[in-house]
Amino acid sequence: MNLRQLTSLIFLIGLGLLLASVIKSLPLDTGRVGAEILKIAPAEIGTANIVTSIVLAYRGLDTLGELTILFVAATAAGMVLGRGRINTTPQAGFILRTASFVLFPFLIITGSYIIIHGHLTPGGGFQGGAILAVAFFLPVLASVGNSLDHRTSSIIEGFAGITFIVVGLLALLNQGHFLAPLFGVGTVGELISAGSLPLLYMAVGLKVGAELAALLVSLAESESY
Amino acid sequence: MLMWIALLTVIVMLGAAVAVLTLENYLAAVVAASVVSLGLSVLFTLLQAPDVALAEAAVGAGLSSVIFALALRRMELWKIK
Repeated sequence: MNLRQLTSLIFLIGLGLLLASVIKSLPLDTGRVGAEILKIAPAEIGTANIVTSIVLAYRGLDTLGELTILFVAATAAGMVLGRGRINTTPQAGFILRTASFVLFPFLIITGSYIIIHGHLTPGGGFQGGAILAVAFFLPVLASVGNSLDHRTSSIIEGFAGITFIVVGLLALLNQGHFLAPLFGVGTVGELISAGSLPLLYMAVGLKVGAELAALLVSLAESESY
Repeated sequence: MLMWIALLTVIVMLGAAVAVLTLENYLAAVVAASVVSLGLSVLFTLLQAPDVALAEAAVGAGLSSVIFALALRRMELWKIK
């Protein structure tokens, strides 16, 4: 064991002890908040999927923070990777190319379903957005000539982000709280229910999908030289 | 029954995690890491957390493996044999 490994081991042990002491002093009161949310969320927010009511209503600001982090990360990666170079990779085989195009509509349908039913069934904007990103990335990976229009993806991304913030500001004007649910509760379990939450999840899904697709495509294009 | 499925999943995950460390081929190690993520998403499903399981399967097993594989190709460590 050389000096460098020893130093990192000591650092890791110190970090672990520090984190353990912090966790020990935290007033972890598990169970009470969760039980309370399980009790009041369906009547107050109107989502069949309780996780969605936490992600978009009670902790909507955290979701905005997550979106911001993803945006900053994708922008930084795009800046570092730069524009695509001339591609000299040999063309993929017929079966791979055809399979990627056959998969495309199914992936779009699955992703859209997960996003649109985010307030009813498990899943939501982030998961569905990742599937949408894969749907748009697969043809680029399988077939050399294809590319993604980065301008379109940034327009979709910006539009979705603005929608999320505008809905939050409307809630601030109407209800006095940023990102408070709007438009009433509706019937729990129906597609059009839970007020503005499906709209927010669609914005999240589009934003995540456009960002991740642009990130993957720029990564794939910049490495082929 | 569920207990046995969970135990089997954990054993597969442990095997895949050891394989990540021991495999010589980087691409195979990426695939093994993706197997660990997939097993984790099965465990999340068994624990009745389908939201987290979906995120883990889509991001952990899918997207991050693709990003790792692309990074390998960029660093010219991508070799099949």
